[in-house]
Amino acid sequence: MNFFAIIGRVVLALLGEIGRLALFTWSSVSHIFRPPFFWRLLGQQMMRIGYFSLPVVALTAFFTGGALALQIYYGGSTINSESIVATIVALGITRELGPVMAGLMVAGRVSAAIAAELGTMKVTEQIDALTTLSTNPYKYLVVPRVVAAVITLPLLVFIADVIGVMGGFIVSTASLHFNPAVYVQNTINFLKADDVTSGLIKAAVFGFVIALMGCFQGFNSKGGAQGVGRATTNAVVTASILILASNYVMTSLLFAK
Amino acid sequence: MTDTPKIELKNVTKRFGSKVVLDNLSLTVPKGKSLVVIGGSGTGKSVMLKCVLGILRPEKGEIYVDGENVLKMSTTEREQSLRKFGMLFQGAALFDSLPVWQNVAFGLIQGRKMRRKEAKDIAIDKLGKVGLGPEVGELYPAELSGGMQKRVALARAIATEPEIIFFDEPTTGLDPIMADVINDLIVASVKDLGATALSITHDMASARKIADEIAMIYKGKIIWAGPRADIDSSGNDYVDQFIHGRADGPIKMDVLKP
Repeated sequence: MNFFAIIGRVVLALLGEIGRLALFTWSSVSHIFRPPFFWRLLGQQMMRIGYFSLPVVALTAFFTGGALALQIYYGGSTINSESIVATIVALGITRELGPVMAGLMVAGRVSAAIAAELGTMKVTEQIDALTTLSTNPYKYLVVPRVVAAVITLPLLVFIADVIGVMGGFIVSTASLHFNPAVYVQNTINFLKADDVTSGLIKAAVFGFVIALMGCFQGFNSKGGAQGVGRATTNAVVTASILILASNYVMTSLLFAK
Repeated sequence: MTDTPKIELKNVTKRFGSKVVLDNLSLTVPKGKSLVVIGGSGTGKSVMLKCVLGILRPEKGEIYVDGENVLKMSTTEREQSLRKFGMLFQGAALFDSLPVWQNVAFGLIQGRKMRRKEAKDIAIDKLGKVGLGPEVGELYPAELSGGMQKRVALARAIATEPEIIFFDEPTTGLDPIMADVINDLIVASVKDLGATALSITHDMASARKIADEIAMIYKGKIIWAGPRADIDSSGNDYVDQFIHGRADGPIKMDVLKP
């Protein structure tokens, strides 16, 4: 087998996939602003994506905040800087860990569920049936999921921020014997509105990525149960990678001096 | 002066990679007639229907519905044109997240913005027309047998009273009695609505029952077309082999000999 032929095939397949994703993204975004709007479906998806993700996101944020406090305390104690725990926990959670951890957890839960649901609809011709019933599948299936994720992810991340900081506070005061009043004062003094809003902006982008990748993989699944399984895996993997990559890009843009 | 055909395909070609599925296919469905396209598996029957519906886009050719080239329509015009259609899918393709009545009423509620109460009444009426009671409306598709799912799918296909109905392998997977029940329902529904029907099947009993005219597709081309009564005297070896279900003949199956 010609080595260059293999490389060529891989590159062409990759370019083809990028092209398909670009067209899918364009179709999805353009249908967001064109009627009809399916408000009832939007409400249902906000419940499924936002409300039902709350427990897993809250638990993740709480334990991440607690673990972060311990690590900063242990690291800080080697250079006599234990007092920075409150500041670093607040900044770390609101700027990075809150949105990224929530994004990854929701990607695992929601992106997979969307890909499995739409993938099954695809292989059983339910998506084709929508077309024959004068209903645009992008408007009916993709738009409510994407819009719901873009709206609910920032709300989830805001709650994750509060719970994550609280996790750090509880561990610091109960286990590391920090003074609660001083801890709260340090958190308030160093935390700025921009720290929180930057995380919420990231969350909205992550929401878009999560729902879009779930829908894209579901719409392109083929080959029965195995194809649906592959679409589900691909949705979680691609959404997770895109979350981490876009997080780096947004951090470098939002915090550039 | 001749009537404009309800559906007309002219020299339609559709490829998947290097495989040519529809090869310069031309077909005409007259208004108010029931045309059945017969042919073996993988000969391009379903692809042909999906091209007419806009689910697939052919590389070449023209497709006319009521004299308008649907391939040149904008998305909005296409969506408008699709209101003329109803379709019964091979696997029923019912929405498994919705109860039966919402499946039947889907085109009325989402496509035509009808109030849910009014749409539900129509859905229950259509379920009655296919022999299913109102209690079935509250069940979910997974709770129904294959025959009942097909009947619900038929009720959904006729709920909006379309001008054109497509039937994709309507009797596949059903026992002979249920298949005959479905065939009778199809004939009655098409007659009631005065609709134009285009069906694809490899079930000859079904074709003989629901067709006014029959066409045979082979390797992506229409190789014979004529009135139902002429099918047994077509003089076409491919058609003869197919309708009699013979292994010997010009159609060769790609099977490995033991």
